[in-house]
Amino acid sequence: MRRVIYLLIGIFFGIVLIKSEAASWFRIYEMFRFKSFHMYGIIGSAVGLGIIALQLIKRFKIKSFFGSEIIIPPKDKGITRYLVGGSIFGLGWALAGACPGPMFVLAGAGYLPILLVILASIFGTYVYGALKDKLPH
Amino acid sequence: MEILFKPWPWYVSGPLIALVMTLLLLMEKRFGMSSNLRTLCAICGAGDKVKFFDFDWKKQQWNLIVIAGVIIGGFIGSTLLSNDVAVDLEESVVQDLNAMGFKDAGEAYMPAKLFDLSVVTEWSSLLLLTIGGFLVGFGTRYAGGCTSGHAISGLSNLQLPSLIAVIGFFIGGLLMIHVIFPLLF
Repeated sequence: MRRVIYLLIGIFFGIVLIKSEAASWFRIYEMFRFKSFHMYGIIGSAVGLGIIALQLIKRFKIKSFFGSEIIIPPKDKGITRYLVGGSIFGLGWALAGACPGPMFVLAGAGYLPILLVILASIFGTYVYGALKDKLPH
Repeated sequence: MEILFKPWPWYVSGPLIALVMTLLLLMEKRFGMSSNLRTLCAICGAGDKVKFFDFDWKKQQWNLIVIAGVIIGGFIGSTLLSNDVAVDLEESVVQDLNAMGFKDAGEAYMPAKLFDLSVVTEWSSLLLLTIGGFLVGFGTRYAGGCTSGHAISGLSNLQLPSLIAVIGFFIGGLLMIHVIFPLLF
Protein backbone atom coordinates (compact mmCIF):
# COMPACT_ATOMS: atom_id res chain seq x y z
CA MET A 1 0.00 0.00 0.00
CA ARG A 2 2.77 2.42 0.94
CA ARG A 3 4.45 1.69 -2.39
CA VAL A 4 1.32 2.68 -4.27
CA ILE A 5 1.25 5.97 -2.36
CA TYR A 6 4.93 6.67 -3.19
CA LEU A 7 4.20 5.96 -6.83
CA LEU A 8 1.18 8.27 -6.84
CA ILE A 9 3.14 11.06 -5.10
CA GLY A 10 5.87 10.62 -7.74
CA ILE A 11 3.38 10.72 -10.64
CA PHE A 12 1.80 13.86 -9.17
CA PHE A 13 5.20 15.51 -8.70
CA GLY A 14 6.22 14.59 -12.25
CA ILE A 15 3.07 16.15 -13.69
CA VAL A 16 3.60 19.32 -11.62
CA LEU A 17 7.23 19.59 -12.80
CA ILE A 18 6.39 19.24 -16.47
CA LYS A 19 3.25 21.42 -16.40
CA SER A 20 4.93 24.17 -14.36
CA GLU A 21 7.71 24.28 -17.00
CA ALA A 22 10.25 23.96 -14.15
CA ALA A 23 11.67 21.07 -16.19
CA SER A 24 12.24 23.29 -19.24
CA TRP A 25 15.84 24.13 -20.12
CA PHE A 26 14.57 27.49 -21.41
CA ARG A 27 12.98 28.40 -18.07
CA ILE A 28 16.22 27.71 -16.18
CA TYR A 29 18.11 29.92 -18.64
CA GLU A 30 15.51 32.66 -18.24
CA MET A 31 15.73 32.36 -14.45
CA PHE A 32 19.49 32.92 -14.41
CA ARG A 33 18.98 35.92 -16.68
CA PHE A 34 16.51 37.36 -14.11
CA LYS A 35 14.10 38.03 -16.97
CA SER A 36 11.01 36.35 -15.60
CA PHE A 37 9.37 35.92 -12.22
CA HIS A 38 8.07 32.46 -13.10
CA MET A 39 10.76 30.23 -11.52
CA TYR A 40 11.17 32.56 -8.53
CA GLY A 41 7.41 32.42 -8.03
CA ILE A 42 7.44 28.62 -8.06
CA ILE A 43 10.37 28.24 -5.65
CA GLY A 44 9.28 31.20 -3.50
CA SER A 45 5.69 30.03 -3.05
CA ALA A 46 6.82 26.45 -2.44
CA VAL A 47 9.24 27.61 0.27
CA GLY A 48 6.76 30.07 1.78
CA LEU A 49 4.09 27.41 2.16
CA GLY A 50 6.75 24.85 3.13
CA ILE A 51 7.82 27.06 6.05
CA ILE A 52 4.21 27.32 7.21
CA ALA A 53 3.67 23.55 6.85
CA LEU A 54 6.80 22.73 8.85
CA GLN A 55 5.96 25.26 11.55
CA LEU A 56 2.49 23.76 11.90
CA ILE A 57 3.96 20.25 12.11
CA LYS A 58 6.42 21.36 14.81
CA ARG A 59 4.10 23.62 16.87
CA PHE A 60 1.16 21.23 16.92
CA LYS A 61 3.32 18.10 16.98
CA ILE A 62 1.39 16.74 14.01
CA LYS A 63 1.90 12.99 13.70
CA SER A 64 2.69 11.12 10.50
CA PHE A 65 0.05 9.07 8.66
CA PHE A 66 1.33 6.10 10.67
CA GLY A 67 1.06 7.81 14.06
CA SER A 68 4.74 8.55 14.70
CA GLU A 69 6.36 11.84 15.57
CA ILE A 70 7.77 13.62 12.49
CA ILE A 71 11.49 14.17 12.96
CA ILE A 72 13.39 16.40 10.57
CA PRO A 73 17.11 16.27 11.39
CA PRO A 74 18.99 19.56 10.83
CA LYS A 75 21.58 19.71 8.03
CA ASP A 76 25.21 19.27 9.08
CA LYS A 77 26.97 22.54 9.81
CA GLY A 78 29.60 23.82 7.42
CA ILE A 79 30.22 26.29 4.63
CA THR A 80 32.76 24.87 2.17
CA ARG A 81 30.83 21.83 0.99
CA TYR A 82 27.63 23.81 0.51
CA LEU A 83 29.25 26.73 -1.28
CA VAL A 84 31.65 24.72 -3.47
CA GLY A 85 29.35 21.75 -4.06
CA GLY A 86 26.42 24.09 -4.64
CA SER A 87 28.38 26.13 -7.19
CA ILE A 88 29.41 22.99 -9.09
CA PHE A 89 25.77 21.89 -9.07
CA GLY A 90 24.71 25.33 -10.32
CA LEU A 91 27.12 25.15 -13.26
CA GLY A 92 25.62 21.83 -14.30
CA TRP A 93 22.02 22.91 -13.60
CA ALA A 94 22.39 25.89 -15.95
CA LEU A 95 24.21 23.90 -18.66
CA ALA A 96 22.02 20.79 -18.73
CA GLY A 97 18.96 22.85 -17.76
CA ALA A 98 17.80 20.09 -15.45
CA CYS A 99 18.28 19.09 -11.83
CA PRO A 100 17.79 15.56 -10.46
CA GLY A 101 13.95 15.65 -10.40
CA PRO A 102 13.32 17.20 -13.83
CA MET A 103 15.90 14.87 -15.43
CA PHE A 104 13.59 11.93 -14.84
CA VAL A 105 10.51 13.93 -15.83
CA LEU A 106 12.15 14.71 -19.17
CA ALA A 107 13.02 11.05 -19.70
CA GLY A 108 9.33 10.24 -19.26
CA ALA A 109 8.36 13.07 -21.59
CA GLY A 110 10.48 11.49 -24.31
CA TYR A 111 13.44 13.90 -24.57
CA LEU A 112 15.80 10.96 -24.89
CA PRO A 113 19.18 12.79 -24.88
CA ILE A 114 18.42 13.49 -21.21
CA LEU A 115 19.37 9.83 -20.60
CA LEU A 116 22.97 10.86 -21.23
CA VAL A 117 22.62 13.60 -18.60
CA ILE A 118 21.21 11.05 -16.14
CA LEU A 119 24.05 8.58 -16.77
CA ALA A 120 26.65 11.34 -16.45
CA SER A 121 25.06 12.53 -13.20
CA ILE A 122 25.21 8.99 -11.76
CA PHE A 123 28.88 8.87 -12.78
CA GLY A 124 29.45 12.31 -11.21
CA THR A 125 27.90 11.06 -7.99
CA TYR A 126 30.21 8.04 -8.10
CA VAL A 127 33.30 10.23 -8.60
CA TYR A 128 32.25 12.39 -5.64
CA GLY A 129 31.91 9.25 -3.49
CA ALA A 130 35.34 8.05 -4.57
CA LEU A 131 37.00 11.43 -3.84
CA LYS A 132 34.93 12.31 -0.75
CA ASP A 133 37.69 11.92 1.85
CA LYS A 134 40.12 14.04 -0.17
CA LEU A 135 37.72 16.98 -0.62
CA PRO A 136 37.32 19.86 1.86
CA HIS A 137 33.90 19.82 3.53
CA MET B 1 -10.64 21.33 -18.09
CA GLU B 2 -9.01 23.53 -20.71
CA ILE B 3 -6.93 25.28 -18.04
CA LEU B 4 -5.36 21.94 -17.09
CA PHE B 5 -3.85 21.59 -20.57
CA LYS B 6 -2.21 25.02 -20.53
CA PRO B 7 1.10 25.57 -18.67
CA TRP B 8 0.37 25.85 -14.95
CA PRO B 9 1.10 29.25 -13.39
CA TRP B 10 3.68 29.56 -10.61
CA TYR B 11 1.04 30.23 -7.94
CA VAL B 12 -0.47 26.81 -8.65
CA SER B 13 2.77 24.88 -9.20
CA GLY B 14 4.74 26.21 -6.20
CA PRO B 15 2.05 25.32 -3.64
CA LEU B 16 1.66 21.86 -5.21
CA ILE B 17 5.42 21.26 -4.79
CA ALA B 18 5.07 22.27 -1.11
CA LEU B 19 2.23 19.73 -0.92
CA VAL B 20 4.49 16.97 -2.32
CA MET B 21 7.14 17.77 0.31
CA THR B 22 4.53 17.76 3.10
CA LEU B 23 2.97 14.48 1.95
CA LEU B 24 6.39 12.81 1.98
CA LEU B 25 7.01 14.12 5.52
CA LEU B 26 3.66 12.68 6.59
CA MET B 27 4.82 9.40 5.04
CA GLU B 28 7.90 9.71 7.34
CA LYS B 29 10.19 10.35 4.36
CA ARG B 30 12.21 13.34 3.25
CA PHE B 31 11.86 15.09 -0.10
CA GLY B 32 15.16 14.76 -1.98
CA MET B 33 15.57 13.58 -5.53
CA SER B 34 19.36 13.48 -5.83
CA SER B 35 19.66 10.73 -3.19
CA ASN B 36 18.41 8.41 -5.92
CA LEU B 37 21.63 8.95 -7.87
CA ARG B 38 23.61 7.63 -4.89
CA THR B 39 21.21 4.71 -4.52
CA LEU B 40 21.62 3.86 -8.22
CA CYS B 41 25.42 3.82 -7.72
CA ALA B 42 24.97 1.42 -4.80
CA ILE B 43 22.67 -0.86 -6.82
CA CYS B 44 25.32 -1.00 -9.56
CA GLY B 45 27.74 -2.38 -6.99
CA ALA B 46 29.78 0.77 -6.28
CA GLY B 47 29.77 -0.20 -2.59
CA ASP B 48 32.38 -2.90 -3.27
CA LYS B 49 34.95 -0.27 -4.17
CA VAL B 50 33.82 2.93 -2.43
CA LYS B 51 32.61 3.02 1.17
CA PHE B 52 30.24 5.95 0.47
CA PHE B 53 28.06 3.55 -1.53
CA ASP B 54 28.26 0.68 0.95
CA PHE B 55 24.86 1.07 2.58
CA ASP B 56 21.58 -0.80 2.65
CA TRP B 57 20.05 0.67 -0.51
CA LYS B 58 16.88 -1.35 -0.03
CA LYS B 59 15.87 1.21 2.60
CA GLN B 60 15.88 3.79 -0.22
CA GLN B 61 13.54 1.80 -2.42
CA TRP B 62 10.67 4.13 -1.59
CA ASN B 63 12.52 7.01 -3.26
CA LEU B 64 13.18 4.95 -6.39
CA ILE B 65 9.44 4.29 -6.53
CA VAL B 66 8.86 8.06 -6.28
CA ILE B 67 11.27 8.65 -9.16
CA ALA B 68 9.58 5.90 -11.22
CA GLY B 69 6.35 7.83 -10.62
CA VAL B 70 8.08 11.04 -11.71
CA ILE B 71 8.98 9.39 -15.03
CA ILE B 72 5.36 8.29 -15.51
CA GLY B 73 4.19 11.77 -14.50
CA GLY B 74 6.49 13.28 -17.13
CA PHE B 75 4.87 11.07 -19.75
CA ILE B 76 1.32 11.81 -18.61
CA GLY B 77 1.94 15.54 -18.26
CA SER B 78 3.55 15.94 -21.67
CA THR B 79 1.17 13.74 -23.67
CA LEU B 80 -2.25 13.44 -22.03
CA LEU B 81 -2.25 16.83 -20.28
CA SER B 82 -0.66 19.06 -22.93
CA ASN B 83 -1.68 20.12 -26.39
CA ASP B 84 1.05 22.72 -26.88
CA VAL B 85 4.34 22.47 -24.98
CA ALA B 86 5.86 25.77 -26.21
CA VAL B 87 7.33 27.76 -23.33
CA ASP B 88 6.26 31.39 -23.41
CA LEU B 89 9.58 33.09 -22.68
CA GLU B 90 10.20 36.77 -22.16
CA GLU B 91 10.71 38.41 -25.59
CA SER B 92 14.28 39.66 -25.08
CA VAL B 93 15.30 36.18 -23.86
CA VAL B 94 13.90 34.69 -27.09
CA GLN B 95 15.90 37.14 -29.16
CA ASP B 96 19.11 36.49 -27.24
CA LEU B 97 18.66 32.71 -27.51
CA ASN B 98 17.95 33.00 -31.24
CA ALA B 99 21.19 34.93 -31.66
CA MET B 100 23.01 32.15 -29.78
CA GLY B 101 21.66 29.57 -32.23
CA PHE B 102 18.70 28.33 -30.18
CA LYS B 103 16.21 28.91 -33.00
CA ASP B 104 13.27 27.23 -31.26
CA ALA B 105 13.28 29.46 -28.17
CA GLY B 106 9.69 30.38 -27.33
CA GLU B 107 8.31 27.62 -29.55
CA ALA B 108 9.46 24.44 -27.81
CA TYR B 109 9.81 22.94 -24.33
CA MET B 110 13.45 21.94 -24.78
CA PRO B 111 16.06 23.26 -27.25
CA ALA B 112 16.51 20.91 -30.22
CA LYS B 113 20.16 21.94 -30.27
CA LEU B 114 20.69 19.85 -27.12
CA PHE B 115 17.66 17.59 -26.75
CA ASP B 116 16.54 16.52 -30.23
CA LEU B 117 17.42 12.90 -30.99
CA SER B 118 19.59 14.14 -33.87
CA VAL B 119 22.21 15.26 -31.31
CA VAL B 120 23.51 11.67 -31.20
CA THR B 121 25.70 12.62 -34.15
CA GLU B 122 26.72 16.02 -32.72
CA TRP B 123 29.73 15.39 -30.53
CA SER B 124 29.66 18.95 -29.15
CA SER B 125 26.08 18.58 -27.89
CA LEU B 126 26.83 15.15 -26.42
CA LEU B 127 29.87 16.59 -24.67
CA LEU B 128 27.86 19.47 -23.16
CA LEU B 129 25.13 17.13 -21.93
CA THR B 130 27.73 14.83 -20.40
CA ILE B 131 29.59 17.66 -18.66
CA GLY B 132 26.32 19.18 -17.44
CA GLY B 133 25.12 15.87 -16.02
CA PHE B 134 28.47 15.14 -14.40
CA LEU B 135 28.55 18.54 -12.68
CA VAL B 136 24.98 18.08 -11.42
CA GLY B 137 25.76 14.63 -10.01
CA PHE B 138 29.09 15.57 -8.47
CA GLY B 139 27.93 18.93 -7.13
CA THR B 140 24.65 17.76 -5.67
CA ARG B 141 26.29 15.02 -3.61
CA TYR B 142 29.13 17.31 -2.55
CA ALA B 143 26.55 19.86 -1.39
CA GLY B 144 24.43 17.10 0.15
CA GLY B 145 21.29 17.87 -1.84
CA CYS B 146 19.75 19.50 -4.87
CA THR B 147 16.84 21.80 -5.59
CA SER B 148 14.37 19.58 -3.74
CA GLY B 149 16.57 18.78 -0.73
CA HIS B 150 18.10 22.22 -0.18
CA ALA B 151 16.09 24.88 -2.03
CA ILE B 152 12.65 23.49 -1.10
CA SER B 153 13.04 21.23 1.97
CA GLY B 154 16.06 22.87 3.57
CA LEU B 155 14.87 26.46 3.16
CA SER B 156 11.40 25.44 4.37
CA ASN B 157 13.09 24.14 7.53
CA LEU B 158 15.06 27.42 7.82
CA GLN B 159 18.40 25.66 7.49
CA LEU B 160 21.41 27.97 7.07
CA PRO B 161 23.46 25.27 5.25
CA SER B 162 20.68 25.04 2.65
CA LEU B 163 20.72 28.80 2.15
CA ILE B 164 24.48 28.63 1.57
CA ALA B 165 23.93 25.77 -0.91
CA VAL B 166 21.27 27.75 -2.78
CA ILE B 167 23.62 30.75 -2.94
CA GLY B 168 26.14 28.30 -4.43
CA PHE B 169 23.53 27.10 -6.97
CA PHE B 170 23.20 30.70 -8.13
CA ILE B 171 26.94 31.43 -8.16
CA GLY B 172 27.41 28.41 -10.45
CA GLY B 173 24.32 29.10 -12.56
CA LEU B 174 25.12 32.78 -13.10
CA LEU B 175 28.72 31.94 -13.96
CA MET B 176 27.57 29.40 -16.54
CA ILE B 177 24.94 31.62 -18.19
CA HIS B 178 26.76 34.96 -18.11
CA VAL B 179 30.42 33.96 -18.45
CA ILE B 180 30.69 30.48 -19.98
CA PHE B 181 27.67 30.50 -22.34
CA PRO B 182 29.03 33.45 -24.38
CA LEU B 183 32.16 31.34 -24.96
CA LEU B 184 30.17 28.22 -25.90
CA PHE B 185 27.36 29.56 -28.09
